[in-house]
Amino acid sequence: MELYQLTVHEMCDLIRSKKVSVVELTQSLLDRINAVDAKIESYITVLGDEALNRAKKVQERIDKGEAVSPLAGIPMALKDNICTKNVKTTCASKMLNNFIPPYDATVSKKLYNEDTVLLGKLNMDEFAMGSSTENSYFKITRNPWNVERVPGGSSGGSAASVAAGMTGFALGSDTGGSIRQPASFCGIVGMKPTYGAVSRFGLVAFASSMDQIGPLTKDVTDCAIVLNAITGYDPMDSTSANIKYPDYSKALINDVKGIRIGIPKEYIAEETNPEVKKAVLDAAETLRKLGAQLEEFSLPLTEYAIPAYYLISSAEASSNLARYDGIKYGYRAEKYTDLLDLYIQTRSEGFGVEVKRRILLGTYALSSGYYDAYYKKALQVRTLIKNAFNEAFAKYDVLLGPTAPTTAYKIGEKKDNPLEMYLEDIYTVSVNIAGLPGLTIPCGFDISNLPIGLQLIGKPFDESTLLRVGYTFEQNTEYHKNRARI
Amino acid sequence: MRVNKKTLEHVANLARLNFTDKEKEKLMLDMENIISYIDKLNELDTSEIIPTDHVIPIKNIFRDDEVLDSYPKDKMLMNAPSKEDGCFKVPKVVE
Repeated sequence: MELYQLTVHEMCDLIRSKKVSVVELTQSLLDRINAVDAKIESYITVLGDEALNRAKKVQERIDKGEAVSPLAGIPMALKDNICTKNVKTTCASKMLNNFIPPYDATVSKKLYNEDTVLLGKLNMDEFAMGSSTENSYFKITRNPWNVERVPGGSSGGSAASVAAGMTGFALGSDTGGSIRQPASFCGIVGMKPTYGAVSRFGLVAFASSMDQIGPLTKDVTDCAIVLNAITGYDPMDSTSANIKYPDYSKALINDVKGIRIGIPKEYIAEETNPEVKKAVLDAAETLRKLGAQLEEFSLPLTEYAIPAYYLISSAEASSNLARYDGIKYGYRAEKYTDLLDLYIQTRSEGFGVEVKRRILLGTYALSSGYYDAYYKKALQVRTLIKNAFNEAFAKYDVLLGPTAPTTAYKIGEKKDNPLEMYLEDIYTVSVNIAGLPGLTIPCGFDISNLPIGLQLIGKPFDESTLLRVGYTFEQNTEYHKNRARI
Repeated sequence: MRVNKKTLEHVANLARLNFTDKEKEKLMLDMENIISYIDKLNELDTSEIIPTDHVIPIKNIFRDDEVLDSYPKDKMLMNAPSKEDGCFKVPKVVE
């Protein structure tokens, strides 16, 4: 095993036993980025000397016994919509091409406080709008398992960099599946925490009622370690939940006896690729043999989740993105006649096609005469979807299904048909609509050797049970040990 | 067609965006497809359903009105596309 292939907890063991210095580890990952990122294109910004200087300082703190976190000295990278003080944060948009935040997102600050080493910022769909990372202003990220395929999105750079060993772990953001689907496509672990569990302060807003930051890691143990660092109440985020957060590492128990798992019939329907379906049902069988109680049931309204999601998210996006006006920060058009024209030219030149499409859809849904028919309707359907989950969780501890209906598709395959691309999110968006936690873990490969992801959905703030089921599955299977050959 | 050229131009204006005629043609088609799909929601009777705009029932988050540190002015201006004398510079608004 090369250093860059190790999990976070394996890296931590080597650092603590002084077998590897933080500088050596950081250098190994920077070398790896130099060697393969020209093929994968996962980073927008790489911090070379800054990362090595930071590594030196962290090593000194470790030597003095001041840095004791399991993340101390671990190289990491962040999706480029998470603000990093003095480090460019672009959202993969021309609009924020040169934006340097004067402050840190709460998650950035929390991770620095754990003595992590920031390697750089990761590619994404512009403003997190997309499912393939083809909507970046800068570059198209490729899937490390097959560079002709998309890595998923919108956190495609995060997933690809972890899968290709270019970072110890990454953070992404998930509004409708943007952590789970790319993690699934790239054969790694991804968690969207419960809405409110991780502060959104400093996350560039897309759809505020559904956005949530979460970890992308090589295994479930790493997921728990990162989750411990980033969850918690934050007065800077008015939607942050002020509750007591558990120690997630205590959830890493190799036992699922008695855990009640429901499989929504609608999640293993005809549209699901047969190979994906088989891998997911095999995984369910594995869990059953280990003592979990499994049952298929009907989760109604699944087919209504996508239309409700696109209305709510686009409406919120149209409002959130009104701030990009070319005045205080970001791009400003060169030619304009007056203030109104400055706004129009700036926004028309600064945003990409998909972002403009969603702003239009959202503005339409919120505009006079259509508000009740579209936006309000979607919020009512949201209530119904939430109720359907509540009923399911009266019977089950965890819901199980595929993360995505297919494995990674070819670059360009769905780019020109937005609706077809939206349908990719069918199994993930409901989780955001209802604010639930969702975990994806690798559970197999298709005939083309592309990874398949298993999605576990939990009750609000019950990430621990998801981690426990995921950990048990991992301890009894080998899928998470496969690394993309790149 | 619910999304004709007039509707599209109206919405684009509200969103402070403009498009070429070619872009408009494609967008009208995209919007029409997406909205037709969204109309699926009308299959559900929601007349008695209370809308959920937020999953967590949090309302009115208050804090004490204290004087805290502000960000320094130069930091707030460092990303401005145009600035002068410690201010954001914009085109003339009032004659």
